[in-house]
Amino acid sequence: MDILSAVRWSPYLAGIGIGILSWLTFLISQKPLACSTTFARSSGMIEKAIWGNKVAEKPYYKEIKLGIDWQFMLVIGIILGSLLSALLSGDFQWQWVPSLWAGTYGSAVLPRLIAAVIGGIFLGFGSRWADGCTSGHGISGTMQLAVSSWISAICFFIGGIITAQIIF
Amino acid sequence: MSKANNKKKNQLIWGLVFGIIFGFLLQKGGVTNYDVIVGQLLLTDHTVLIIMLSAVLTGMIGLHIFKAFGLVKLSPKSGSVGKNIIGGLIFGVGFALLGYCPGTIAGAIGNGYLDALTGGLIGIMIGAGFFAALYPRLKHGVLKLGYFGDLTLPRLFKVSDWVVVIPVAILIVLLLLWL
Repeated sequence: MDILSAVRWSPYLAGIGIGILSWLTFLISQKPLACSTTFARSSGMIEKAIWGNKVAEKPYYKEIKLGIDWQFMLVIGIILGSLLSALLSGDFQWQWVPSLWAGTYGSAVLPRLIAAVIGGIFLGFGSRWADGCTSGHGISGTMQLAVSSWISAICFFIGGIITAQIIF
Repeated sequence: MSKANNKKKNQLIWGLVFGIIFGFLLQKGGVTNYDVIVGQLLLTDHTVLIIMLSAVLTGMIGLHIFKAFGLVKLSPKSGSVGKNIIGGLIFGVGFALLGYCPGTIAGAIGNGYLDALTGGLIGIMIGAGFFAALYPRLKHGVLKLGYFGDLTLPRLFKVSDWVVVIPVAILIVLLLLWL
């Protein structure tokens, strides 16, 4: 089918698809599309594997409960779904340095990796502080008209736009 | 195996299925790509906002219809000024530096982007672990500052859902037409 092998869909179509998908996650699983807690759980599970069971007693890990849950499977699914889409369209590629980054900072791998680690630390820390990310707050929370999510989503973009203007 | 266990296992499979569809849509929409996400933050490419706004518009109308018929129970997150404003701004800094968010980084990994798989993933886990370590100190302080609970816009304005859903839907359509 042509539509499956297309490299890009209209962003409106992709967005409407994600909207309908969130009806289904609520109807079938009573859960919103959300991702970021999974990274905190993974971090906790790695800590636990290294330092032992007492890690699971940390107040934050007790609250979010370490283990493989619905959202963990969702995140694994995202990797597989994206891989499938990219393979079907031929858009899959191994790439270390994105072209927009290379245009300003050059194509050396190390600087890009350092920025990715630092950015990841801010992102992981901020998503736990705000209790959600672009999907949990930005899409699922705003559609439920949650005040916490509208504030968070607006702040994600304020912080992101200012930072992007500074680094590029 | 007990019925409860079976149900739990079924939900894990549903999670995987929904994830595959989500990842597929993110990749087809182009937002597993660093250039597209940073392009949005540089305000040169509005793909990210178009996808998010179309999803919110579709999702919001559907969910509130289902809610009116008692088919779904919504779960708005509780929040506070200290939590959502400070956390949101910190997140934004990371969003621009990394060029992916927690959902799209999973999609970027599937797309073959190695900066996501290595540096980005390691960074997110360090950041989340760091937060877990600091949590006992933040919990009753800054995270509670200006606490408002699981408030929704209709409850804030003391109106029925549709009094908010309809104007928000119109605003989103206008924004989409303008982008």
